[in-house]
Amino acid sequence: MMSKITPQNDNVMMGLFALAILTMPIWLMPIGASYPDLMQKFAIFGIFAIGFNILFGLTGYLSFGHAAFLGVGSYTAVWSFKLLSMNVVPAVIFAVLVAGAFSFLIGFISLRRSGIYFSILTLAFAQMSYNLAYSVLTPITNGETGLQLAKSDPRIVDAMFVEVGAGIPSTNFFGIAMSGYSGFYFCAVLLIIGFYLSLRITRSPFGMMLKAIKSNQNRMSYTGLNTRPYALTAFVISGMYAGLAGSLLAVTDPLAGAERMQWTASGEVVLMTILGGVGTLLGPMLGAVIIKYFENIFSAFNESTLNNIFAFLPDGLQDVVVSVVGLFVGEGWHLTLGLLFMVIVIYLPGGLVEGAQRIRAYVLKKREKKSATSHQPQIAE
Amino acid sequence: MDEIKKGVSRRGVLKGGTALAAGLAAPTFFMRNVFGADFRNNPGDGGTVTFGFNVPQTGAYADEGADELRAYQLAVKHINGEGDGGLLNTMQPLALKGDGVLGKKVVYVTGDTQTKSDAARASAKRMIEKDGVIMYSGGSSSGVAIAQQSLAQEMGIVFMNGLTHSNDTTGKDKRRYGFRHFFNAYMSGAALGPVLESEMGKERRAYHLTADYTWGWTQEESIKNTTEGLGWQTANAVKTPLGAGDFSQYITPVLNSGADVLILNHYGKDMINSLTQAVQFGLRDKQVNGKDFQIVVPLYSRLMAQGAGENIKGIFGTTNWNWSLQDAGSQAFVKSFGQEYGFPPSQAAHTCYVQTLLYANACQMAGTFYPPEVIKALEGFEFDGMGNGKTLYRAEDHQCFKDVLVVKGNDNPTSQFDLLEVVQEVPRSQVEYDASIFGGELGPYEV
Amino acid sequence: MDTLALQLLNGLDKGGAYALIALGLTLIFGTLGVVNFAHGALFMLGAFCAVTVQKLLTISVKVKDESITFFEAYKEVPYLETWFGETGTIIIDYSVPISILLAIPIMLIIGLVMERGLIQRFYKRTHAEQILVTFGLAIVIQELVKANFGANPIPTPAPDVVAGSANIGAWLGLGNTVVYPWWRLIYLAFAAVVIAGVFSFLQFTTFGMVVRAGMQDRETVGLLGIDIQRRFSIVFGLAAVVAGLAGVMYTPILPPDYHMGMDFLVLSFVVVVVGGMGSLGGAVAAGFLLGILQSFASMNEVKSILPGIDQIIIYLVAVVILLVRPRGLLGRKGVMEN
Repeated sequence: MMSKITPQNDNVMMGLFALAILTMPIWLMPIGASYPDLMQKFAIFGIFAIGFNILFGLTGYLSFGHAAFLGVGSYTAVWSFKLLSMNVVPAVIFAVLVAGAFSFLIGFISLRRSGIYFSILTLAFAQMSYNLAYSVLTPITNGETGLQLAKSDPRIVDAMFVEVGAGIPSTNFFGIAMSGYSGFYFCAVLLIIGFYLSLRITRSPFGMMLKAIKSNQNRMSYTGLNTRPYALTAFVISGMYAGLAGSLLAVTDPLAGAERMQWTASGEVVLMTILGGVGTLLGPMLGAVIIKYFENIFSAFNESTLNNIFAFLPDGLQDVVVSVVGLFVGEGWHLTLGLLFMVIVIYLPGGLVEGAQRIRAYVLKKREKKSATSHQPQIAE
Repeated sequence: MDEIKKGVSRRGVLKGGTALAAGLAAPTFFMRNVFGADFRNNPGDGGTVTFGFNVPQTGAYADEGADELRAYQLAVKHINGEGDGGLLNTMQPLALKGDGVLGKKVVYVTGDTQTKSDAARASAKRMIEKDGVIMYSGGSSSGVAIAQQSLAQEMGIVFMNGLTHSNDTTGKDKRRYGFRHFFNAYMSGAALGPVLESEMGKERRAYHLTADYTWGWTQEESIKNTTEGLGWQTANAVKTPLGAGDFSQYITPVLNSGADVLILNHYGKDMINSLTQAVQFGLRDKQVNGKDFQIVVPLYSRLMAQGAGENIKGIFGTTNWNWSLQDAGSQAFVKSFGQEYGFPPSQAAHTCYVQTLLYANACQMAGTFYPPEVIKALEGFEFDGMGNGKTLYRAEDHQCFKDVLVVKGNDNPTSQFDLLEVVQEVPRSQVEYDASIFGGELGPYEV
Repeated sequence: MDTLALQLLNGLDKGGAYALIALGLTLIFGTLGVVNFAHGALFMLGAFCAVTVQKLLTISVKVKDESITFFEAYKEVPYLETWFGETGTIIIDYSVPISILLAIPIMLIIGLVMERGLIQRFYKRTHAEQILVTFGLAIVIQELVKANFGANPIPTPAPDVVAGSANIGAWLGLGNTVVYPWWRLIYLAFAAVVIAGVFSFLQFTTFGMVVRAGMQDRETVGLLGIDIQRRFSIVFGLAAVVAGLAGVMYTPILPPDYHMGMDFLVLSFVVVVVGGMGSLGGAVAAGFLLGILQSFASMNEVKSILPGIDQIIIYLVAVVILLVRPRGLLGRKGVMEN
């Protein structure tokens, strides 16, 4: 992303990223997105997409089943709240571990195949998980209604230390309730850590190995190297990211539903990653933010909101404008999303990040010309 | 499987708690009740109060959601004293004055649940955290309704259920902050019983096809209890995957099973498909055990009837309300809705409209928006003139008790909306039950 | 016995639908190398051809119901019926078969426009980008249909003549227990004819020969001075027609709604991959195989031993087949493997 890959540039990027995330409540204000729930979703799906990108962006293996790990993470976390404690730390740890184990199992089998065969294997596993969670596994997942907390849950650890309150207790981080802004900051810190890890992985020899798998797996095999353990490690790591994201969904809102595992949810993270830019560091995060923003803000415009917005227009014109714009917002927000996908991928093949790079390159070029220096700018990836 | 949870006696034994949270330093901006009577999204001295309407705008129930939204908009108009006043003219007792609620004009925000629990809760949280709603409402699926209702309890914002039919909503998963005007599967069963008996006799063998998730199960259980009480046998009860599309593999076994009644515990698209296909397989024309084969759809809606077309003719079911009712309340509502939008309201629209009015009225009665007081005003509230006869909001489970309609698909519709024919208005006394049979716990007033 | 026979018919019927959609998808994969996530949308558009024809045929005089004053309630009497009486009623009754005639040119045009206008820009792009753009297109198509026709399914019945059931058991001397709806039998026969048609087109015409050669080795065919591109565009149109016809014919079984394409999308991808990428025969075989297995897995006898098996059978079979046969049933090496 930076013009050169150097430790200094990476540190600058890391710092800027952390700053941007932590100041979200301020700079998202003008676009109406600075309320806790949406920012939590930004951070959580950012983690999900960044993790997904470690697999897809680096190794090129396109998984269509990552939502299963997200779902497993959520279920684990809620069970941890139900059985052990409302403290989020064990919930997050267990969720990451269980999702990791689950992704190891599925990855171990699915990675025996590559290309679209791999994609369909992961899709099949995720759909099986979803269908079973929705129906026969209801004793564990509470099916359609979703796994919820109940006042009568044992909560063994909590029961040893605290008295029972009147209602269902809320999730907490050593006493700090995990709803609202504190929930967001908790997610944000984990997002920054997740981003840092993904940066380190990308820059490490292991990351180079993964990229080598992407560019030419055959050649790797000819050199006598077994690539599968590397791919499997990447798969498990991204599965753990998904599990972390899933657990955070439960942390900020203690309910886990099967629909989190449906293929559309797996598809969503694929779309986020491609939209932002596959294989880039910032792209997936960007894609996640855009899709969640559309889902939550665009869907909320209704006729009366639009009428208010366009009230300055003359009456006849106002009606026309409102009815045209109304096609794209409110119940039509899917249409806008579909068009956005098409426009971006047609004009910016590499996703939004490529768009940014192009602008940057264009600006740099102009500047180069002006200053007439001799060396060419180097655009990384 | 939920038997264990039902035991109220376990309450005292099992512990839960987060009191840890209470004592420690939590920044005040997410603490509620900092100043006694202050509460989340208190409209305070502002001139307006905001309601949130959270309905499916995309996905399979988008049309139903659109109709609900129309009803909400109409309700807001009427509460604010615009239009012809609708049910404000017939509702009794009425505290509202047609000048908003407690002198504040009602404004509203909308959101898309996508008929998914996660999306619905995200949308509801947006309403609560960003738009500052004092109440939100919506429906079309029980799972989604229950998810929103538990959020309501966590957030301390009242949720008025729209269309949700599962027993769990006001049973095992009931909440202090959730209220349901719509009827439930138990009432469907209880209302259908006598009609099925008089239409089909006491010796029948029923075959259930049931959507394989919680709503389907509670309905199957309720209907089975009723029919077996009549002396019917149950030939089989088969679970079908949600959204199966083609149900042929579940319908063919019915053909030679010896059953003479098929009960479709499906809703929405599943019901449209399974009914269309069951009729295609010739079930309606069959004779089994010397009787005409019958199909029953316990929960009907107009949109489903539209989607299934000719196939619904003569098929029995229940519904919460139908626009063809002749009482003053129904007439008033159909009139203002029809004049506003050019067609009659669906039962989903009706329940959503009524819920909005009931909430607003309760605030007016309580003299405050403070949720515990509003909840107390709604609990045990008895009213009339809203289209279902004398109705009680039962305090124990926040379920409305009122007459239930048994309907059948109209053989000879006089217009494009005349799809369902009311066979019987089953009186409230016949569908009542003890609140304790489904277990569950409402939870505290103060959260 | 009769139960098994019926389930076999159910399976073949379902399989017919799967095979038709998968066939088109494979044609596009094999020739153009494009992952077409908008294929389900083409299926749905086909179904809405039937809806449109029905709507056109039933344009009506509206006879107002005077008893209702609050809104416009009316009984619709289609013009066709007022003009032609009985004949008009019969024409309306046949709206689904009639719409087949309309669907062929319309779907061909839609297919060609889609290929020329959008897909052709994506031949050289990565599969990920193809997925994103076609998925976006599918959403757009879907939303436009929703804006026009609403989200609720629309009933589109089969003609009355074939609304009943055929007593197959009696024909075969199995007694009266094997009866099956005429329309579903017609669907099966129709699927067989379309599949046979596509295969013979590719097998016995020069055009088909070139296309098959192109699927094997695009570069060499190009070097021979053949404009493979133009032919591939037509193949895309053909695939759209096949998907559209599958949709039209399916409407009496499944009242169409705007989302039906998405419901079939994932399933048809599974079918294509289980069949083996780039293999038309594989796609058809896998379609029928999965359809039949799905039917049998839904039998009570099976479900009582393996609860929930009908929910996952398709995916389970897909996993097993892909693990036993690396490239699906009949896939070729090197197609879409990296």
